[in-house]
Amino acid sequence: MDKAIGIDVGSTTVKLVVINEQKIIINKHIENTKPRIKEQVKKLIEKVKSDLKEENIPIISTGYGRKLVEDAKENLTEITCHAKGIYNALGFGGTLVDIGGQDSKVIVIDKKGRVLDFTMNDKCSAGTGRFLEHTAGKMEISVEEIGKIALNAKKELKISSTCTVFAESEIISLLAYGEEIDAILKGLHRSLVTRIVGMINSVAFTPPIMLSGGVAKNEAIKKMLEEETGYKIFLPKYPQLMGAYGAAIIAFEKYIKNSRGI
Amino acid sequence: MNVLKFIRYYLMTNLIGKPYLKRQRKIGERKIEKITGENSPLNPPLKITAYTKEFVSSHYFKGRYIEGVKPVAWVTSGAPIEILKALGFFLIYPENHAALCGARRVQMDLIKTAQKQGLSQNVCSYVRTDIGSLLSGKTPAGKLPKPDLLVACSNICQTVLHWYRMLQEYLNIPLVIIDTPFVYRDIEPHQVDYVKKQLKNVLLPIAERAAGKSLKEKDLKEVIKFSKDATELWLEILNLCAKRPSPLTVFDQFVFMAPIVEMRGDRETVDFYNTMYKEVKFRVNSGIGAIKKEKRRLLWDNLPIWFKMRELALKLAEKGINIPISTYTYAWGELAPLMDLNKDEFEVMARVYLSPILNRGAGHKLKTMADMVKRFNLDGVILHSDRSCKPYSMGQMDQRNKLIEEFSIPAMLLEADQNDENAYSEEQTVIRIESFFEMLGVSNG
Ligand code: SF4
Repeated sequence: MDKAIGIDVGSTTVKLVVINEQKIIINKHIENTKPRIKEQVKKLIEKVKSDLKEENIPIISTGYGRKLVEDAKENLTEITCHAKGIYNALGFGGTLVDIGGQDSKVIVIDKKGRVLDFTMNDKCSAGTGRFLEHTAGKMEISVEEIGKIALNAKKELKISSTCTVFAESEIISLLAYGEEIDAILKGLHRSLVTRIVGMINSVAFTPPIMLSGGVAKNEAIKKMLEEETGYKIFLPKYPQLMGAYGAAIIAFEKYIKNSRGI
Repeated sequence: MNVLKFIRYYLMTNLIGKPYLKRQRKIGERKIEKITGENSPLNPPLKITAYTKEFVSSHYFKGRYIEGVKPVAWVTSGAPIEILKALGFFLIYPENHAALCGARRVQMDLIKTAQKQGLSQNVCSYVRTDIGSLLSGKTPAGKLPKPDLLVACSNICQTVLHWYRMLQEYLNIPLVIIDTPFVYRDIEPHQVDYVKKQLKNVLLPIAERAAGKSLKEKDLKEVIKFSKDATELWLEILNLCAKRPSPLTVFDQFVFMAPIVEMRGDRETVDFYNTMYKEVKFRVNSGIGAIKKEKRRLLWDNLPIWFKMRELALKLAEKGINIPISTYTYAWGELAPLMDLNKDEFEVMARVYLSPILNRGAGHKLKTMADMVKRFNLDGVILHSDRSCKPYSMGQMDQRNKLIEEFSIPAMLLEADQNDENAYSEEQTVIRIESFFEMLGVSNG
């Protein structure tokens, strides 16, 4: 059976998916990005190929390290791949908010799945997963828990700094004043969401809003985004894999469908 | 004039400078042949390219020996220089000098020097580059002549007012500030009157004193005529870029615009653009484009990223993308029709210097861009959001949205800086540009 591979080499994690003819993910891998990306990716691809017992599977790479994937037929940016992935996963266009570890992006996708507009927040860590991870780390809470804690908080404190470094000192002084951790966490989430809403406002926004990236698993973010925008938020089954999934679909359409003339 | 200094100036520029620069041009010509070989996505540049360098360098070369020979003024790019030229001033444009430093990639050292002296990194990088150069004495031009007069005009930004006050402190010489009120829609008669009065009653007497002579109307008329002719030719050259394939890329234009900025008002500049016009026209007639395969055409808004010109030019050309026009290069041509030779010279200058794009509302720039999209057949827009140049970057978000709405073409904000490499991130710029290519339907193999 025909298959295709998409690999998203991000700054925090490497994601790989294999899809079959029905565009269904039949194999997926997520691992932390190691310093020697080239070798790490090579090994991962070899393993996947030998597990599948197939050599000739077309690969498209994306993500910050996309040019380091030697086996890829082509590399494409995350913007194109994320749009393709989410469009196929959910079946409609709209505005995709992808909050990753290192950057966030907002991509406007039309009814046919094409990118209409995009913006990226990559100059600083505010508005990214790092912002939450870093500040949560300061309070010795794991990143998996913070969403739940924030969601259940009764009180919300305002964190005025959007800069990660400044926010950290703000948190420390709030803690020193004896403020509750959950209220601080809620404020932190709000701060990130406000940043994201700012990005949404800067593109040619079209509803509905879709959410992807590692941070999509955080329930507080989803809820607050809904509160702030007034729109229902749609999530795919594997929010973290949208880039790799999109890359795999493009690889399939370009190198299998085309070569067979369908 | 100091006779000994004049002899030295004459000998150095004619006997040493000229042959030296000519030889450099020959080397340049050979180099150009090499870089635009068969594998390059760019067609060979215009023949006049190597001469442009010689022409601009000769200006700086003269500057090294000009002190004591001619009065010297340092001026902003939008200063009413015709009066100064007619009085025989030799002019230095610190903004152009800063751009030169950026293009030669020696600017970061100078920026560091200026920051060490306390200049914030939020100050325009042209200022930091130039102040760094002044403090360290380092410049790729060899040496800049010390000025007798400073002239700043507020028609480009408010930054220059503070910048020139700083220069005045350091150099302890007269500074004239021409205040050009912001033009929201149309130029009002009282605005013209206000600027005209400053030119006549403030700039003129101070400049005459510094030059040690009085202005002759005949000389002023002649300079304005040269300015007008060169500006018109530049405009015609840019208009030729509406043709498909465009004979120039914006990156070529950024280089070729040097004389129109820093040598307008000279006869040689008119000759230069005349020759250039003929060559560009020939290319258009022969269907030779600046890039080999022009598949898409874009608009560039704002200043260039001087230290990344070559990389960007190649990156775009490899994908078959050309940028045939920009608001920035066009700004030096669009004022040509205002230079009416039959009207009072001071009135004409007041109007011209009230009208630069940066002295007008964001709606005016939007209109210019919208017009360009149609006239130059463009498929998309890159708006360089320049951290340094706030007046140019303000309003870009709305301009971008309006362009998308009106023309349904992609438009992208590219965050960078004209000179400060610390405000530029290679990887992020590449992602943005490549994503934009993919939106335009040209992807990366
Ligand atoms: S702020 Fe803009 S207009 Fe003013 S000097 Fe800097 S680059 Fe020029």
